[in-house]
Formats: sequence, structure tokens, C-alpha cells
Amino acid sequence: MKRVFPICAIAVALLGGTACSHTPGPASSAKPTAYGTALVESSGGKQTGGVGAALGQPVVVQVNDDQGNAVPGALVTMRGPTGVAFDPATGLSDSSGQFTTNVALGFSPARYQLTATTTTKASKPVELKIEEIGLGYQQTLGSQLNDQYCARCHNSESTPERVSNYDNLEVKPHPFTDGDTLNKMSDADLTSIISFGGPALNKSPLMPPYGYTLTKAQMQALISYIRTVSDPPYGVPGVVHVEK
Amino acid sequence: MENQDKHAELRKTLFGSSARVFGWMSALLLILLAIAPTKNFFSEWHGYQQRYAKLIGGRGDATVLRRHFEPGIHQIWNPDLQVVDRCTTCHVALTETTLGEVTEQPFSRHPAMPHKVDQFGCTMCHRGQGPATTVEEAHMSTLAWEEPILPARYMESSCGQCHRGDLQGAPQLNLGRKMLASSGCVHCHTIKRPDGTSFTATDDPPSLSHIADKTTREWVYAWLKDPQAYATTAKMPNFKLSDNDARDISAFLMSNSKSAGLKSAAASLDTAKKVQQDPTLQQKASSLYGESFCASCHAVQNAAGNVVGGNLGPELTRVGTKVKPEWLQAWIRDPGAYDAGTAMPHYRFNDQEIGMLTGFLLAKADNDLLANVHLEPATPEQIANGKHLIDEYGCSSCHEINGVRHQENFGPDLTRIGSKAVAQLPTAPGVQHALPDYVANKLKQPRVFGPSLKMPQYTFTATQSDALVNALLAETERAHAMPAALTTPAIQPSHYEPAGKAGQLMSDLRCFSCHAINGRGGDMAPDLSLEGSSVQRAWLLQFFRNPNTLRPALVRRMPKFNLTDAEIATLTDYILTVYQSPKVDQESIPNTGYSSAEVEQGRQLFYSRYGCQSCHIVDTKKDKGYIGPTLSQAGSRLTAAWVFTWLKDPQGLRPGTAEPNRHMSDTDARALTAFVMSQKGNAKQEVAKK
Repeated sequence: MKRVFPICAIAVALLGGTACSHTPGPASSAKPTAYGTALVESSGGKQTGGVGAALGQPVVVQVNDDQGNAVPGALVTMRGPTGVAFDPATGLSDSSGQFTTNVALGFSPARYQLTATTTTKASKPVELKIEEIGLGYQQTLGSQLNDQYCARCHNSESTPERVSNYDNLEVKPHPFTDGDTLNKMSDADLTSIISFGGPALNKSPLMPPYGYTLTKAQMQALISYIRTVSDPPYGVPGVVHVEK
Repeated sequence: MENQDKHAELRKTLFGSSARVFGWMSALLLILLAIAPTKNFFSEWHGYQQRYAKLIGGRGDATVLRRHFEPGIHQIWNPDLQVVDRCTTCHVALTETTLGEVTEQPFSRHPAMPHKVDQFGCTMCHRGQGPATTVEEAHMSTLAWEEPILPARYMESSCGQCHRGDLQGAPQLNLGRKMLASSGCVHCHTIKRPDGTSFTATDDPPSLSHIADKTTREWVYAWLKDPQAYATTAKMPNFKLSDNDARDISAFLMSNSKSAGLKSAAASLDTAKKVQQDPTLQQKASSLYGESFCASCHAVQNAAGNVVGGNLGPELTRVGTKVKPEWLQAWIRDPGAYDAGTAMPHYRFNDQEIGMLTGFLLAKADNDLLANVHLEPATPEQIANGKHLIDEYGCSSCHEINGVRHQENFGPDLTRIGSKAVAQLPTAPGVQHALPDYVANKLKQPRVFGPSLKMPQYTFTATQSDALVNALLAETERAHAMPAALTTPAIQPSHYEPAGKAGQLMSDLRCFSCHAINGRGGDMAPDLSLEGSSVQRAWLLQFFRNPNTLRPALVRRMPKFNLTDAEIATLTDYILTVYQSPKVDQESIPNTGYSSAEVEQGRQLFYSRYGCQSCHIVDTKKDKGYIGPTLSQAGSRLTAAWVFTWLKDPQGLRPGTAEPNRHMSDTDARALTAFVMSQKGNAKQEVAKK
């Protein structure tokens, strides 16, 4: 019991004083002028960002009624795991029924599940889960290497700067988010493919070997990035607890 | 004698016999001795260590974990870094690789990081009080300890204490430092680096000495009131001026402007007028705007509200409302005549073309912008007040203004901002009294900390503001006290200047706005430091006449400057002579004369062993590699020595290039070179035949 206070104190300090995720919404802010019955995600989900850093795009959720029409003036409250900060954490939906907030993730590299809540007229809570991915030092390094060496084939989306090569390849490269395939491959397998190219594991010969280009640490960084963004998430085989 | 008896008696009444005295004293001593271990036993950290022992007790890997765990106070000491950290007393399992799933603090494992805990300690990155042994004293700012622990979102700032240049893996810090230089911060605030150099501004705010040539007082007024209303991407911050202040400042600037003596060409202005009235001509002018690649640097907001185009030059969405026709045509003719330091190249347009572009740009007007601006002619008092306001707001820190001296150090010095004591920070309602929060809010709402503050309102995004806070918090006392041997220095900006006639041409064409050479220049276009080793003379001559992109997946950006043959020859000779790599020996391997067997062997290697077609195109009908440059005409473009050296070690010639080093044998590299050099534009001929 004695230690609860200091631990809370650190938590508060770490949140950096920005709007705390545990702030009870309705008490502190404006009163809702309308109530919706559903919450949908407009944009800002599944982003990757540095741990603790603000995500590049704001998270936007929309409040709808039974007919699917946007509801302006409904109260939306955001919550998240320890360390996640919202700016603002709570507010009313705007004229197009949307609520926009800037999100900063917590301090460990992991997936973060955020919860947006609004209440119906009968004060029943409606929740929406949104997932974001926090990249630590190693994963950030991996994501930079991905941009430099991998993304132009492995990411099928083109940007105004650069056209993706994905559609030009007969044997399609696996996008790094393709957890169904990549989660089944061990770190050693991925290292082999990166070092020796596709043929090392009987994959496409068009995947060139990077063994003389990337260092071991860079390959580890790349793999840890791939593991972090994979969907479904990559499960680390854990330690087994035994009863004594 | 009597006296002694008296003492003995007193002793007897108090303690009994001498043996008893001894007993009492021993007991007292033992109790005193026990205080230290008891205090230890009930200390906070001991509680954590006991909890840790309990936590690992039930695990399968308990034996190993117990062997790693040593009870007692732990300390990491590194005198060079001034680190005395006892954090590992409670954070006992930072390096336990098998505790991956434990998230309970203080027992979780530390995520992967570039440095070792036992070498660097904890406070180097996390800050806080290393020697403290209670949770509150270590993490918070108390009366005795000033420095609280750093929130995770600003962690990269700590890297910046030793890593003074760009650092891979710290994108926020890199962006923040770039923005300190490019957002105008260092025009007003001095930030000295520990090595004695200062951050220097990389932006170039325009001179206001000839502003009356360029625009109207009404526009200046509207701009001063709200720069972002004219262009959403405007760099100038909003000073929140009152109507009267904007009126007086605009009055002073106009009355104080001197003519730049620009030449006016009636022919161009005539054409411009025709273009503004005739939609067909406007179409043509629009194509000229596209062909000249103005959009590589200038953005325009499209109908959907998206700003499309580059950000090197100003946004042109409403430029017709801003500039005077006489000025615009003179500017397009030769930008250097108005502003010698501009990044805009001197295109060699003729009068007709200048008129077309002028008319096209003047049509980009927004009449609403100035609809409500009605200014009476300025009075001398207003002009005088305008000058006073310009001094007060520090306008001349950024802009050159006639009769106003450049203001050095207008804002507070930020050299050690990362170590500013909490007690010195001003407070504001709703802002936590801590350094990171203060800095972040200062960027967000600068004037919330006091009524007389002058810092203008910026429009930074959340990411940009985080990045700036990171860069600022890196400037600490510790960074300045760090021995130079333990730091990685910043790369000093290069002041490379090419020599002679070619040098003059290159500065006239502003090559460095897009290309980097020998460490100086932009990153929009390829680095040309080794260009002379890589290309053949005939190709380079042709490229200057009609530039074309080499990579199918890249947007072409190199404009045609309408150079004369003599100018092209000067540039080509200079590039081929000066921009050479010592690694590429042109004598070592010939450009032509390979046997068909060698070429055929190269083809085999290209398509099967090395799979080059995943990134490169040789046969434009079959191949689809969109990443590397198209090689269908490589034989007439590249030198064989360059191709050979590149194949052996691509990163050796261009660090960071995506092509992997294949550890190729000389024989393979030679055969591949033969194949690449045999590609002399067959594809083009085939197309021509059709």
C-alpha cells in the first residue's frame, strides 16, 4: 500500500502532464448536445510511430446514429494503456460528427489498443477499439532500412515520389504486414533470406542477397520491425510458468 | 577517597554492579548497531528486491535468474560521463533476455538499444537523479534534486547530447535539428554547440529593401495580419498584429523601399495581358509552366484543396494577387537581379515565354484576399510608428530592411535550454511546471506565458513540435561538459564553390538548389560529386540539351535551361574533368570491343545468376524493373570503368544505395560490364521502326 503512491506519481510524471488518459471525461469538459449510437473509425488507425512520440496523423472517429448519419455535438472520450497521451482526451464531435485527437504512444515498443467511448441517450457506453503500433529504437532503425532497401518491392503502395515495383514482379513479395506467412518463419529463416536471397529458402530468385551489404545488427533491426508490424501479431514463445 | 566512594555509590544506585553496567552498555551498542541493517531492511529498494525474488521464484528459469541477481545496492559508475546511477538497485532485470513478457515495473526488461547499460548507465538517456535510492527522489523533481525523469516522447533528445550530427535511428532529433535551422528559430535565438560553432539558418527570408517594386501595400497588410490566409504553406509565423500595427508597419515598409532598377519589357507585358484574357493561350502557358518544371519547387493548391508541388520556393496559389506584373516578368527573366541569394535558377527564357509565364501566374489571383483591405495614405506619424514596431518585433532578425539594423540575438539564448532549472520557468494555467511541457507549450502557444511576449504563433504539426522539443532538450549542461573524444561531431556545412567559367554558370543556374556536390547542395536531385567518372561525354552533352529522367519510377524534375552550345560544352568539360572518383580507373577497362561471347555470358549472369531484372530494365518490352535506372541505353551513357567498379561495390561509390553488394568475382563483373555496355539504345530503334 505504501508504495502505491510513488508508483502513481511516476506514472503521472511520465505522462508529461499532457492530458491524462485516465481523466474522467464528462466531469471536466463540455456537455454533450446530442447522442449517437455507434462509433466508427474515420482515419488514423494502424499507424506506426516512435515510442512516446506523437503519431504522424491524428486519430479521427465519427459518431453515428441508428441510421448511420453523423451526429454532431456528441461527447467522445479516449482511453489507452499507461503512457498513452491524447490531445485532447475528450471533446464533442464537430459539425460532420467527427472527433479528432492527436495521440502520443507509451514507452515500450508494442501494439497499443486505444478505446474511444461515447454514450447513448440511455447513458449506455459505446466503445470503439483502435490499434496503433509503437516502434522502439531497434524497430525505428528497421523501418528506416525498410524504406531504404525493401519497401519499393515489398510495399505495394506507390507514393507520389516513387512508383512501387510490386505489381511488376511475377512472384509477389510478401508485404511485411503479412503475418499469416511471415509469422511462421523463424528469425533464422528471415536472416537467411535477407543474407542469401530468395533461393536460400526456395523463394523467388528476384529477391537479391543483402549479406554483404547489411550488418548483422541491421538485419536484426529489420526483423524486429517486421515482427512488430505483422498482422496478425507475431507471438513470442513465452517462458512457461511452473508451480512448485 | 571519599569522593571515589561517592561515585561508586551513585553507580551502584543507578546500574547495580559493574557487570550489570557492562551488560547495559553492550545491549545499547547492539541496538545502535542494528539500526543500519533495520533501516536497510525496511527501505523501499529492499521491498522491490524481495518482490523480484518472489516474481522469479515460481518460474522455470528461476535458477538462472537467481544466479544473475545479487541483493544490495547496485551502482553504475562512469566518471567520464559523470554517471553515478543506482537505478539498477530496483530495476534489477534490465538485461534479462528471458523476461520478455514481464511488463510489471520496475522488473521489465529494457527494449533493444544501441548502448550497454553497464557502460552508459541510465541517467545519460532518461535523466532523473542517478544516486537517489527512493522512487520519488530518483524520478521526480524534489527540493534537493532538480532534474525529473524525461518523458519517453523526448528520449531522442538525450542521444543528441553526444551525437551532434545526424543520427540513424533518431528521426525526431534529426528532424528537429533540421527545423531549428530551416524554420527561422536561429534567426532570433542563438544556439551554440559545445564545439563552439552555432546552428546556422538554412532558410532565406526575402529582403524587404525593394518591396514596393514587388507588391502593394494592401497585400503587405493582409500578409502581416495572417500569412497563412495567403498561402497555407507560408513559413512566416503570425505575429497577431492589431489592424493599426499592420497598417503602420506596411506604411513604413512601402515608404522605405528603394527601387531595384528592374528592366521592364513591353513585349512580355503585352503577351502577359493577352494570356490573361485568352483561355487557349492560357493552356499553352500552362504547358510551358509544366515543361519548365516550375512545380518541382513551387506548389499550387488544387481544386480539392491539396497543395501539390515542391516546397523549395513559395506557394503560388494566389500569386496574382500579390505581385506586380512588371516585377514578375523581370523576376522570371533573371531572379538574381532582384535577389542575389535566391535559390531560383536563371532560365534563359525569351520575351515571349516570359510573357506567357507572367500571364499564367497573374491569372492565379484571389480577389477575396484584399477585398476588405482599404488603407488611407500613410501619415508621417504612422510611418514613424511602423519603424518603432519593426524594432520591437525584431523583423530585421530575419529580413533585410533599409535603414533598420540587423538585430543579433533578438530572442533569448537557447544554448543550454535543455538544463534550464524548473525554478526559472514561467508558469501558465493548464501547463505542467516541467521543462518539456514548457518548451512544447512555448511552441504551441508562445504568448500564453506572459502578456508582453513577442514570439509569434507558428503552425507546427504535433510531429514537428515534438521534433523541435527533442532538438532543444538535447542542448544540456552535460552536452557541454562532455569530453570531445566521447562525442560524434556534427558535419560542418560545406562551402564548396566550383571555379572558373563553369562555376559562374553553375551558380547562375543554381545547380546547388537541387544537386549536392562535395557536401554542399540540396537533396532533390542526384549527388554529382562523382558524375565525371560515371558518364560519357556525348551523352552528357545530349542530356543538357534535352534532360530526361533515367528511372521509370521517378518524376522528372530537371528543367531545360535553354543553354547555348558553348555553355553546354563548358559545363560538360568541367564535370568530366573535376568530378572524378579516384576509385574509378578509366584506363582499366574499355568502353567498347567486347566479344559476343562475353556479352552473351553477361546476359546469362544478368538474367539468371544475379536476377538484375528485378530492379533494372534492359529489354523495354519484357523487363519490368522499376527501381534502378533503365539500362537499355547504358552503353552510350555510362563508362565501362564506372559500371565495373559499381558492380564490385555499389555502396563504395554511392553510400546507402539500394543495390546490394554481391561480392562479385572480377570475371563475372567483367562479363556483366560487357553486357551492360552492349546496350546502346536498341529499344529506341525498335520503337522508331514501328
